[in-house]
Amino acid sequence: MTNSVDNSKRRFLTTAATVVVGGAGAATMAIPFVMTMAPSARAQAAGAPVEVPIDKIAPGQQMIVEWRKKPVWILRRTEEIIADLPSLDNKLADPNSDMMQQPEYCKNELRAIRDEILVLVGVCTHLGCSPTHVPKVEAASKGLGDDWKGGFFCPCHGSKFDFAGRVYKGMPAPTNLAVPPYRFEGDNLLIIGEDTQGVA
Amino acid sequence: MLGNLMAWIDARFPATKMWEDHMSKYYAPKNFNFWYFFGFIAMLVLVLQIVTGIILTMHYKPDAELAFASVEYIMRDVPWGWLIRYLHSTGASFFFVVVYLHMFRGLLYGSYKKPRELVWLFGMFLYLALMAEAFMGYLLPWGQMSFWGAQVIISLFGAVPFVGEELALWIRGDFVVADATLNRFFAFHVIAVPFVLVGLVVAHIIALHEVGSNNPDGVEIKKHKDENGIPLDGIPFFPYIVMKDIIAIIVFMFVFALVVFYAPEMGGWFLEHANFIPADALKTPEHIAPLWYFAPFYAILRAVPSIAGSAFPGVAAMGLSIVFLFLLPWLDRSPVKSIRYRGPYFKIALTLFTISFVILAFLGTQPVTPLYTFLSRLFSFIYFAFFILMPFYTKFDKDKPVPERVTTK
Repeated sequence: MTNSVDNSKRRFLTTAATVVVGGAGAATMAIPFVMTMAPSARAQAAGAPVEVPIDKIAPGQQMIVEWRKKPVWILRRTEEIIADLPSLDNKLADPNSDMMQQPEYCKNELRAIRDEILVLVGVCTHLGCSPTHVPKVEAASKGLGDDWKGGFFCPCHGSKFDFAGRVYKGMPAPTNLAVPPYRFEGDNLLIIGEDTQGVA
Repeated sequence: MLGNLMAWIDARFPATKMWEDHMSKYYAPKNFNFWYFFGFIAMLVLVLQIVTGIILTMHYKPDAELAFASVEYIMRDVPWGWLIRYLHSTGASFFFVVVYLHMFRGLLYGSYKKPRELVWLFGMFLYLALMAEAFMGYLLPWGQMSFWGAQVIISLFGAVPFVGEELALWIRGDFVVADATLNRFFAFHVIAVPFVLVGLVVAHIIALHEVGSNNPDGVEIKKHKDENGIPLDGIPFFPYIVMKDIIAIIVFMFVFALVVFYAPEMGGWFLEHANFIPADALKTPEHIAPLWYFAPFYAILRAVPSIAGSAFPGVAAMGLSIVFLFLLPWLDRSPVKSIRYRGPYFKIALTLFTISFVILAFLGTQPVTPLYTFLSRLFSFIYFAFFILMPFYTKFDKDKPVPERVTTK
């Protein structure tokens, strides 16, 4: 052996190689451990469309069904509610529904396929609570004031939405409530989670 | 005989050395006062939580179908089960009472300042781990508050830009809080986080015993030692400090027992009323509120409106409110540790901060009204001002001269 070999450099290289290979191995090993916590195949499969007969819902009445373990609201809006909605536009954060919180066929004034039937995912876009249905007549009991035209009020952080699920300005919730994909079959059957483009 | 046995052990394991380093020859300042009980009590409560927790796991079922009923089974059918469960649930709230008093002591006497920065940091990580432990434990009874509290807190992660939704999904293991979430929270609550807690307690104490305890005068007792190298103002931890702490524990257990036996729900502050209704994924309770010990941070979260279509600013503010506590050793520029010798600026700042914290805790448990939102914003502002302005008011404060040795009245 001669002294022409730079041992410190060799030692650095062997250390660096060991760290890199070992580190890559450890990182790869971490993937299965981390991924076990992702939704299981069973959780992912439990998302089938839901069929709801809607002929029993009276005007002004709201029904709650479960879709993908989330509450979905079906509200039959009255003539008065529909007439009140456009008057709220200047109090709302996104009155024209420009943010894609609804399928393309619900990007309209009333955020619905049929004017009277409102279908919404009943989960607040802030932190996932389920807002409460507060009609005009109950405004006082919730402290919502005389100019409340009816809508949804989130008990957790006080976000307010109108009867098209549009959020008021300056609320904790950043966007309008989501409209799920849906379609009608005949006059009285609503199918949630599936539309003319197929199953969501 | 016993001496021979100890010699045999000491030759193989440093038992006597450890006892002396941390007990019989660890010198603590002789001027400790009321505020110095709470570290010891916190350890007692940790032991209590571990022992009662182990017994509860023998009867509890971490399954969304069975969890709620299994807690009621513990309350009604398991012999003495009600006592163990109330000890555990009351212990959780008392843990935070004790830890908040312990942390406030640090603020009063500058215990986070050099050379105790790492003691403070380990303590802050302990506090974080304790919050995680309490939060995940609260899901297990699977009541309405358990469910919706977890739903809200996990959704906080969803507000993180870009990766948030994926992250929240990964934490829940399902599209909403569900059986998968309950099961993994159980694993974290009974195994993972307790391991971390115990490890951090050890690190916290080793760091403390390396630099020595602070005291109400904020002077270093190691600066004045006798000819044997023993601090002149120090007394051995065992038996003197231990005896004093045992008296404190008797008083603490007395108060604790009163709550466990006569007011375990504490009027909804320790066990919320809505949590006696089984979890329902389709209906949020009329009024959801966190438990009192999370309420100040929750009030800060609610005080910040969403900006540019994102709820992230509120979440970030809540995170920052805790991050600032970590930075305390470097924000405080005063050479003086103890409040006894601090100038008026710090005294005023600490008073305002303490008032803000208590009022935010109240606001965080109340429904949203325009007045309360305004107050939340006002007191959140004071909360942050305490930290952000600290480098200035501590630097220019009119501190008093600090004595060389500890004082006793």
